[in-house]
Amino acid sequence: MSELKRKAQVMDAEGVRRALARLAHEIVEKNQGAAEVILVGIRRRGIPLAQRLSKLIGSIEGTEPPVGELDITLYRDDLSTLGPNPIVHRTYIPKPVTDATVVLVDDVIYTGRTTRAAMDALFDLGRPRAVQLCVLIDRGHRELPIRPDFVGKNVPTSKKEVIEVHLEEIDGEDAVYIMEKQE
Amino acid sequence: MKHLLGTKDLTKEEILTILDMAAPMKDIILREIKKVPTLRGKIIATLFYEPSTRTKNSFELAAKFMSADTVSISVATSAVQKGESLRDTVYTLEAMGVDAIVIRHSRNGAPHYLASFSKASIVNGGDGQNEHPSQALLDLFTIREHKGRIEGLKVLILGDIMHSRVAKSNIYALSKLGAEVIVSGPPTLIPEHVKEYAEVCYDVDAAIRKADVVNVLRLQLERQQAGLITSLQDYHATYGLTKERVAKGKDDLLILHPGPMNRGIEIDEEVAYSRQSVIQEQVSNGVAVRMAIYYLLLGGAQA
Repeated sequence: MSELKRKAQVMDAEGVRRALARLAHEIVEKNQGAAEVILVGIRRRGIPLAQRLSKLIGSIEGTEPPVGELDITLYRDDLSTLGPNPIVHRTYIPKPVTDATVVLVDDVIYTGRTTRAAMDALFDLGRPRAVQLCVLIDRGHRELPIRPDFVGKNVPTSKKEVIEVHLEEIDGEDAVYIMEKQE
Repeated sequence: MKHLLGTKDLTKEEILTILDMAAPMKDIILREIKKVPTLRGKIIATLFYEPSTRTKNSFELAAKFMSADTVSISVATSAVQKGESLRDTVYTLEAMGVDAIVIRHSRNGAPHYLASFSKASIVNGGDGQNEHPSQALLDLFTIREHKGRIEGLKVLILGDIMHSRVAKSNIYALSKLGAEVIVSGPPTLIPEHVKEYAEVCYDVDAAIRKADVVNVLRLQLERQQAGLITSLQDYHATYGLTKERVAKGKDDLLILHPGPMNRGIEIDEEVAYSRQSVIQEQVSNGVAVRMAIYYLLLGGAQA
């Protein structure tokens, strides 16, 4: 694994806060409220993001939509290239996904493969009425026909770069950085 | 992890990883669509030289839930009857592209022998009187689910310790995780060296009184020709897990049995189906634990 060097900061704590506030409004607007919505965070950083969006939507609509946690390890198409056995965590969704509108929440969308795996995992749990995708950062370079419905910020990157999202709950700060692989 | 040969060779961390992985696997078997695509394209063979219903079916079902394909070789109908050696059978399976072989054999060390030359992952499904690691791991998983921990628990293993591979795998795994292991049963069926790992308590009633968990072993009727026990009635009266004995134990005593049960010999029917018994749950947990084992052996990149 090559070393990563911090190249630029693309969002600070205020930036993350504003982006999430806008995303919450967009989710409510698109779904005409949030009564039928379940926010499902993709492990790992999608989960705190989904929890924050739920609180924000609660402050707009009066009720907080339920938050689920999705572990996609068993559905990945790159398991055999990832190195020895990533840890599998439990998937927990507090209500049936069948007939609900599920908003998948993740920190970054890149190739789209994580989203594909998440959709496969979700459909093994039931048949949602609709699935939408919400990401904090879209960094481009899609390899699959997948497009997010809600985007915090578009950050054009090269394939040599890596986006690092830091969240208070996991990393002790809210920030987004572009990192560069060192040769 | 390349092979699973016994709990004796596992580290505490490896045991805990398997137990942790079994929890999400159990969620999968409880839902409507009991399948994940993780091991698509892998082939798992079960090679059983001794009879088994639950272990063999459990290993096969676990493979199917992980989307692996399965081949099942029963000795009665295979080329083994024509005198094919164990080594040749494994080469044949390898030539068919098998990724993992689950073997049960009456000889101690048969899985270790296969692991010495096989390219496929070898899983010990029970070898002679040596080990039965997947059974011990599912026992530990079941105990941890109910008691919240393994460390510090007093776990009694009751019965024919000498002939039992389940007992040995349990004793190794439990002591690595910090449980206090107590063994009890007929003195003729408790080997001397078990004292290195466990407290030996010949007074069954006293042993049951202090236990948090009791794992009752099947009296292996097929291995009792040597006059090591006097009679089945005596065995039941002196060492059986009876309703009366359970009543004198802790109220939350957890009761396990690896199956198949000899009801009325090592365990009473009322005890086997009592609220303290988790014998049925052990069966479903067995599938989850075996899925976790497959995931750890075949799921990631091969080192």
